Amino acid sequence: MTPPDHTATAPTPTAMDPRRAMDRRDLAWYVDRAAQALVFVGGISAIIFILGIFVFVTKEGFDFVFGSLDVGEFFTSIAWRPTSNNPTYGALALMVGTASVTGFAMLFSVPLSLGAALYIAEFATGKTREALKILVEMLAAIPSVVWGFVGMSIMNPLIIETFDVPLGLGVLNAGLILGLMAAPIMTTIAEDALKAVPDTYREAAEALGATRWEVIRKVVIPASRNGLLAAVLLGVGRGFGETMAVLMASGHAINIPTSPFDSVRALTATIASELGDTVTGGNHWGALFTLGILLFVVTFVINLTADIVVRGIRKK
Amino acid sequence: MFAATPLNRRSDRNQSVAKAVFGLMTVVLVIPVLLIIGTLVVKGAPAISWEFLFTAPRNNMTAGGIFPALVGTIWLVVVALLASVPVGVAAALYLSEYAPDNLLTRAINLAIVNLAGVPSIVHALFGFGAFVLFFNMGQSILAASLTLAVMTLPVVIVATRESLQAVPHAFREACWNMGATRWQTIRKVVLPNSISGILTGVILEVSRTSGETAPIMFTGATAFLAFLPESVFDQTMAMSYHLYYIATQATADVPEELTYGVALVLIAIVLMMNAVSIAFRVYLRGLKKW
Repeated sequence: MTPPDHTATAPTPTAMDPRRAMDRRDLAWYVDRAAQALVFVGGISAIIFILGIFVFVTKEGFDFVFGSLDVGEFFTSIAWRPTSNNPTYGALALMVGTASVTGFAMLFSVPLSLGAALYIAEFATGKTREALKILVEMLAAIPSVVWGFVGMSIMNPLIIETFDVPLGLGVLNAGLILGLMAAPIMTTIAEDALKAVPDTYREAAEALGATRWEVIRKVVIPASRNGLLAAVLLGVGRGFGETMAVLMASGHAINIPTSPFDSVRALTATIASELGDTVTGGNHWGALFTLGILLFVVTFVINLTADIVVRGIRKK
Repeated sequence: MFAATPLNRRSDRNQSVAKAVFGLMTVVLVIPVLLIIGTLVVKGAPAISWEFLFTAPRNNMTAGGIFPALVGTIWLVVVALLASVPVGVAAALYLSEYAPDNLLTRAINLAIVNLAGVPSIVHALFGFGAFVLFFNMGQSILAASLTLAVMTLPVVIVATRESLQAVPHAFREACWNMGATRWQTIRKVVLPNSISGILTGVILEVSRTSGETAPIMFTGATAFLAFLPESVFDQTMAMSYHLYYIATQATADVPEELTYGVALVLIAIVLMMNAVSIAFRVYLRGLKKW
């Protein structure tokens, strides 16, 4: 049912026309229209802000991209030397840094998160389930700067001691932290996807004599495959965009890593550590905004893909 | 009755193994939370005192307390909430009460997901380009809070939309049938029945906002300020940025205890807000009459 439309006026109302009674353009009607307009503005605010982010980040990076940027160097050179006398802006090492940390994080975080989602959605019951959900929420609540601090002051000595290496800040450290940070979003979204599978599917399989595990493996997981994929994508996006924790735990050295103990530098961390020292409007400044454009575009594509993947199931 | 065949037994065994494995994975995932909080409490607790909470840092931040940072975080959170709650609630009202199922609504939803997914450092770049430079606010509490507000807008929208949609449709229909307009229905029926859910979302946003660092680094947070901010146009210290600064940037050696103390207070603020939000939600679920 839809709400009444008080504008339902007759085409040409006459004094005797009963439909005229429906025309109620009183104060409440005007307030209603005003509220509707205001709420609509709020409604499209998210679109305005996302466009605003794109416009402002692009605007500041524009001059650099179309002025001094050497695209080939940007994508293939590892020489990020924005402050040298002869500055070069090769972002390859930064991209590899981000990719290696995110990749390492996903390596353990994806299976753990999906496993946890399965356990919480399908096996755990009652109080256990509530407690686990709250713990996952707490994991999500820890601020990234605290994660970074944990990486520096707890994990760093731990890694040095355990593996007998000179420095514990690197791919391993940042990857472990990032994995834990990305886990809650993957667990939550995967759990939602599993719960969205209709109970009738499960009941049908159980009626055929399947155990709970068989139901999960043969019915629930296939039916929620797209949702699980979306969960992983959003986790990747989260890891990819993380800034403070990676800045503090990765060692922040421009380097193509060859072992998990190597220090790397991420795209996000580069912006965070260098923006404060740049001249507004200068080349270095523009280069950092260019990294921002890259980050924006990649996360946008990841989120768009996740959205399309999820819509895929709804259509079916 | 049926006797268990070897196949049944094998299925049952697989079932137990699967349950144990997934249970273990969950435990591996949540144990670090407890370890981290435990370590922070053990190492940070000795630093916590009235003096720590209520005095400013001294001697290049190697001594003294965190008072200006605490006050600064409160400023940032309050101003951010003032900006984002009205907009977020309006957005949620539109999506829940007005939006038809069309392309625009889908675009709005996609924008919300993206707003939550854009890296925090990109929000920082946006805040710097838009608020600090374009709108000429300078590096100030206002610019930093607005950046935070844009970034945490999805938290309010999603929580509010959920609690609005939890109000049964029949409530609205009953109200419409009395001749009320849409807005009267929202104000007198929908909002009163969902206000507590909205509040839960707002508390969650406080938790998120107070921990963010990257978005405020260039838009209004400063490493050291001997006095407290007096208006939204001042720069300010903030708990999150203070932790980053003394952990990585400080020139003098900051005693370990002090850094842990800052981390402990920060995480205590964030988790307490989170706990209040969770407790509130559980309590509300118990109250629900429909």
